[in-house]
Amino acid sequence: MIHFDNVSKRYPGGHTGLSNVTLRIEAEEMVFLTGHSGAGKSTLLKLIGLLERPSTGQLHVNERNLSRLKNRQIPYHRRDVGMIFQDHRLLHDRTVFDNVALPLVVAGVGHKEIGRRVRAALDKVGLLHKERSGPITLSGGEQQRVGIARAVVSKPPLVLADEPTGNLDPALSEEIMQLFMQFNQVGVTLLIASHDIDLINRMQKRILTLNKGQLVADTKTEPADVGE
Amino acid sequence: MSVSKRLLKSPQIWFQRHVQVALSSLGRMVQNQLATLMTCAVIGIALAMPLGLHVMLGNLQRISGAWDSGATISVFLKQSVSDEKAAALAKELRQHQRIEGVELTTRASALEEFQQLSGYADALEALDSNPLPALLIVQPKADYTTAETAQLLVRELKLLPDADIVQLDLQWVRRLQAITVIAQRAVVVLAALLGMAVLLIVGNTIRLEIQNRHAEIEITKLIGATNAFIRRPFLYTGFWYGLFGGIIAWLLVAIAITLLSGPIANLANLYESSFSLSSLNLSTVFSLLFASSLLGLAGSWLAVGRHLSAIEPS
Repeated sequence: MIHFDNVSKRYPGGHTGLSNVTLRIEAEEMVFLTGHSGAGKSTLLKLIGLLERPSTGQLHVNERNLSRLKNRQIPYHRRDVGMIFQDHRLLHDRTVFDNVALPLVVAGVGHKEIGRRVRAALDKVGLLHKERSGPITLSGGEQQRVGIARAVVSKPPLVLADEPTGNLDPALSEEIMQLFMQFNQVGVTLLIASHDIDLINRMQKRILTLNKGQLVADTKTEPADVGE
Repeated sequence: MSVSKRLLKSPQIWFQRHVQVALSSLGRMVQNQLATLMTCAVIGIALAMPLGLHVMLGNLQRISGAWDSGATISVFLKQSVSDEKAAALAKELRQHQRIEGVELTTRASALEEFQQLSGYADALEALDSNPLPALLIVQPKADYTTAETAQLLVRELKLLPDADIVQLDLQWVRRLQAITVIAQRAVVVLAALLGMAVLLIVGNTIRLEIQNRHAEIEITKLIGATNAFIRRPFLYTGFWYGLFGGIIAWLLVAIAITLLSGPIANLANLYESSFSLSSLNLSTVFSLLFASSLLGLAGSWLAVGRHLSAIEPS
């Protein structure tokens, strides 16, 4: 599903985002990405979503060679990658329903189909009763669930989450993680960046650790090995 | 399977989407009533100026056209031509296929008229011969009354051996027509300049709109919107601005014509003319609205092309 081959990302001004990262994530895996802030977690996710392009190395996502992807093909790549952000990135002048519907509208799905799928996604995150509300009237946890519904409504094979529980208390974070587990069980590949080590360890999934742009640990189901 | 791979290429959905975007951008404009109205009014005033001048010129041409067709040709005969010979020539010319009628002023009647009107009766009596030539006033047939065609007849009349001076009483009409042509050009130049102004007004309005919706554009791009998708609502907004500006221009000119038509009918009455100000015809209105919508669309296209590509999600 995701294949980094010696990928580096250097920013103008000399800052290194990632250096020589090689890793492979198979379809239907659920993987956590951890490390200090500035370790390169966000950079790695941005490269996968093509928000940025790698400086060197080969990057394949969804059997697409991203280095060869032309700018005008980027939107079609992004439709296959659901993205979840710490700050939710919802449109505050639209209802919850319209926010979740956006990826389907963008992809040109018919009216009836949109209604059906949006309600299914909202039902999944437990917010069906809020479909007519504005995002500002919701709590932080609810807003994040709207963001998750938006990321999965078009059923992308891959979902990326950048610190999805960053602003949430432990109980809510746990809830969000259970939601991710459910998606993973129906075959969605998930890559979740988080610095909440305790939470990640409890999930018992593969953990990638980044430090100063380098992949320093790749542990599978051995939570005790995660070291700093 | 992902949505993009199942993207429905049905024209029905495409059409539905366009109608939806067109209406939602309209709704957004209605929400900002005052700002929208002001922008449309500026566009309307800018377009009303060349449109109003165009209508005025059309009317002017109608008037001068009417004068044009009243043109007559004066043929002054040589001194040596006797009144009998002049009468014979007049009779001959009346048979000409391009001539409607000929009015003869003989040397004798010219002298008589001159004596009555000029007050130089005594002076003329002192002359031993009549110094005035005979005059034929030629009225061309309807097909030969415009400036160009009458000129052909003038050339033909000049070839008459008895003709001395042949004058088309049309010089001032032709000057007026020349001025009208200049004015027409001026209207075209003015229309081009103000059209450019409309382009910039719409472009700037759309640029501000893009700035206001920066976050929205960024998020939509993150979700996989193509540039065409993001461009669409802005293009529709530009189109609406142009269309409403055009409608306002139409209303302004129609009101101006209504206000002017009373006094002008009055003036025409004093000249014993039945002239009345013609208003905008349907094809002019249609062209106006088409052009203004196109200008709006082009203005927003310029802004969108420049500013949308600058917004990339991070």
